[in-house]
Amino acid sequence: MMKYLLSFLFFLVQACFSLLSAGNEVEMATGMRSEGKIYVVVAVLCIVFTGIVLFLVRLERRVNKLEKEKTDL
Amino acid sequence: MATQPSFISKHWWKITGALFVMYSIIEGFLGKVPALPILHETIRNLYFHVTMWFAMIFVLGGSVVYSIRYLSTGSVYDDLRAEHMASAGILLGLLGITTGSVWARFTWGGWWANDPKLNGAAISLLIYLAYVILRSSMDEEQKRARVAAVYNIFAFVLLIVFLMVYPRLNQVDSLHPGNGGNPAFSSYDLDSNMRLVFYPAVAGWIMMGLWIANLSYRIAKLRYDKLMWQSENNLLIEE
Repeated sequence: MMKYLLSFLFFLVQACFSLLSAGNEVEMATGMRSEGKIYVVVAVLCIVFTGIVLFLVRLERRVNKLEKEKTDL
Repeated sequence: MATQPSFISKHWWKITGALFVMYSIIEGFLGKVPALPILHETIRNLYFHVTMWFAMIFVLGGSVVYSIRYLSTGSVYDDLRAEHMASAGILLGLLGITTGSVWARFTWGGWWANDPKLNGAAISLLIYLAYVILRSSMDEEQKRARVAAVYNIFAFVLLIVFLMVYPRLNQVDSLHPGNGGNPAFSSYDLDSNMRLVFYPAVAGWIMMGLWIANLSYRIAKLRYDKLMWQSENNLLIEE
């Protein structure tokens, strides 16, 4: 499972870099992105979203457990 | 890690949904977008605001499918699924309308514009809120399910009309790109970099919406089954 997730994340990061390096003809707040620490905002949003997903996963497990308990009844 | 052999086959769409949204957050901020006047960097809202509406329409469409299924099967579970998909769709719609309001404030100059798409969205959300109220106003299970299913079909048709047909009429002027003779959408939708983020984001949010709907449906199902079990057992004791 973790292996699966990690390889997918690696793929995403790779995709990001390949897109970033693709031709920069039209300049647009690129300085902000490189020096303005926009990546901090991205990191924060990633954490927030991960938190929400983890909450959903926990909910999923709890519902799963209840469903199992019901079938064992 | 996988405790069951079917873990991936069972949960792949939840994992994919979360990863797609994560990708859209990362790439949505760091990726390259076309430089357009007025919009500037807010064009990135395409990945976060527009996706809400796409996901909402998909999830509400799923709700209608279960409503129609209920009408042919009469199964309470289909009705429950329709109900909880509708709630998840309403959640996405409310997020869409609030994020749109913020976006409008900084591009169109006001929290609310007298735009056919905005008004259409507001009307359709009210129609869906009426669906929730309609459900809560009826106690008899089968009657409620039937009335709600029929209403849901009407609501979805109206949603399509208000969100996709009415704003596109030539008689109305819309600030929204691609509506009312406003062709601007193509200028950034055709940007292949943005498509690369936008489509996965839409797919991701659809799956997240379905996941939330699925969870609340399963909780409702457990509660319903418990009620049924209780009433059955009480009947057995009485007999």
